[in-house]
Amino acid sequence: MPGLESIQAMFQRTHAEGRAAFLPYFPIGYPTYAESIEAITQMAAQGVDGFEIGIPFSDPLADGPTIQAATQIALENGTTVSTALDAVRELRARDVQQPMLMFSYLNPLIAYGTDRFVQDAKAAGADGLIIPDLPPEEAHLFASACQQENMALVFFLAPTSDEQRIELVTQQATGFIYVVSLTGITGERTQLPPDLAEFITRLRKQTTQPLVLGFGISTPDHARMVNNLVDGFIVGSALVRAAQNGVDAVRQLAKDLRQAL
Amino acid sequence: MAYIDINTTNVPDERGYFGEFGGRFVPETLVPALNELVTAYEDAMKDDAFQQELAYLQRTYTGRPTPVTYAKRLSEKLGGAQIYLKREDLAHTGAHKINNALGQALLAKRMGKQRVIAETGAGQHGVASATAAALLGLDCHVYMGSVDIARQQPNVFRMKLLGAEVIPVESGSKTLKDAINEAIRDWVTNVRDTFYLLGSALGPHPYPRMVRDFQSVIGVEARQQIQEMTGRLPDVCVACVGGGSNAIGLFHAFRDDQSVDLIGVEAGGHGIASGQHAARFADLNISRPGVLHGTKSYVMQDENGQIMHTHSISAGLDYASVGPEHAYLRANERAFYTFATDEETLAAFQTLSQTEGIIPALESAHAVAEVIKRAPQMRRDQIILVNLSGRGDKDLDTVIQALGNI
Repeated sequence: MPGLESIQAMFQRTHAEGRAAFLPYFPIGYPTYAESIEAITQMAAQGVDGFEIGIPFSDPLADGPTIQAATQIALENGTTVSTALDAVRELRARDVQQPMLMFSYLNPLIAYGTDRFVQDAKAAGADGLIIPDLPPEEAHLFASACQQENMALVFFLAPTSDEQRIELVTQQATGFIYVVSLTGITGERTQLPPDLAEFITRLRKQTTQPLVLGFGISTPDHARMVNNLVDGFIVGSALVRAAQNGVDAVRQLAKDLRQAL
Repeated sequence: MAYIDINTTNVPDERGYFGEFGGRFVPETLVPALNELVTAYEDAMKDDAFQQELAYLQRTYTGRPTPVTYAKRLSEKLGGAQIYLKREDLAHTGAHKINNALGQALLAKRMGKQRVIAETGAGQHGVASATAAALLGLDCHVYMGSVDIARQQPNVFRMKLLGAEVIPVESGSKTLKDAINEAIRDWVTNVRDTFYLLGSALGPHPYPRMVRDFQSVIGVEARQQIQEMTGRLPDVCVACVGGGSNAIGLFHAFRDDQSVDLIGVEAGGHGIASGQHAARFADLNISRPGVLHGTKSYVMQDENGQIMHTHSISAGLDYASVGPEHAYLRANERAFYTFATDEETLAAFQTLSQTEGIIPALESAHAVAEVIKRAPQMRRDQIILVNLSGRGDKDLDTVIQALGNI
């Protein structure tokens, strides 16, 4: 059941279990290719619900220092779009069954070929894509290929998004909407924004799409706080930082985050 | 030379496209801010009071109109076309960057944004932003790559004197590209109370258009001045192109003058074959249409779509992409693009200094280098108009290092 349906099935299951889906972000090629594969495999074994598979880019303008540094190392390790697709194939061969969404800035995908990327990602076993510098106005670059391949095409909403933009993103997004918790870049924060519940309520009034929260969610406490607020959440920088202490530390943090739900 | 007839006043369209180039590729957080900016800018353009305030400052503060100088000895030395210099080096702060910085700072003030951020390469836009902020009482924070900080020390000191905070950027190649990344990250974080004062004709819509409009005063003045001086239009306009704001500012007024060739000069660095340059239109093996910093244009990138490090002796041209309107003018064959190497630029830097008593910025010396190649092949009754976009005082350390004590 690959593609969009596997993401829908993920939310059906987590809704039935009365909890939010937990989707770790992890960049391919950090600290090494092998360790990134191992980290994702280990997290899968902890019962996380899906993955954002990070493709490194030289100029990641939505990312904070932790992911900037990690993806820079991934690039120095020779990681490319093709490497990331290889990683998805290898993860599927290792029986990782959770939905996987490719996370990439736009330019490497243009260089690879947008239609070709969607086709190859699907063939490799990915279920969707997330492109932080692709606004819904430019959805046409990927929309028809994604529809043809039955791949989710996720768009973002932010605290600055007004009613018109919420409507536009609701129309264009498939799979879920990535909700940016705060005005800012990725990175760990000690506290969640105080107006988060109000923000999510505002979005719920206008959209029935699943809402997946990202940016700043770092600890099991945060996971508990958002568990009943949103349909899913993403943790990136905290897991990437944990990887500095080895794959075991990534596995342990993923386990703690999952058990908080 | 036959041009395809295009009406550049039709660009950009509502989505910020110049033909297939431009657009707006930014994180969602910034889209509402860019929409707000479009509305505020269009309101300001329709407001006579705003226009009058800008014109007043241009006249009484910047020192506009800047003169056009007939370069008599340089023309005689080259033995061909007559060369005229549009003297943006004589604008307050020593470069054309003040035209845009004042316009955007006035807009920031009108929008009630007290905090202004800017990126800078050579430091000229940083100095211009710090100047405009001081004049209008705004708080200014300038992102600058640490490599550029090292090679443009006088400008770093000027920005600090003017009350701006200079924030060193240590990521990536530590030059202009990385300074823009960091400025965008700041803007995403502080978007509600911060105005991003972008310095070149690039970035997401509406920046390429807004920067062009604020710089178009260069061409409007020059077009009138050259006609008053010579009784006719020039045959060729030449300007250096990094992001391309001084060039688009000159070219815009001549867009419908089909008899006028428009020539942009990119940074040839150590030569195209070396791969160490910033000639986005000259080296199509490593430069292709792509997306960098929110706009679609030619981008120097490897086969995997990673942005390449560029090289130029001039920090202001050392950038991997180029303003989308230049890509559009090139595609339509309305403007043509060439390059000058570091070596040619240094020679031009000395030639202009010694023949005219004008020390050009290294950026502008690229345009002069093209004139040195082109003028001897033209007739004596032909005219070249060069945008001398800035003065060279800031570059003396770099030139001393390159040439030794001459």
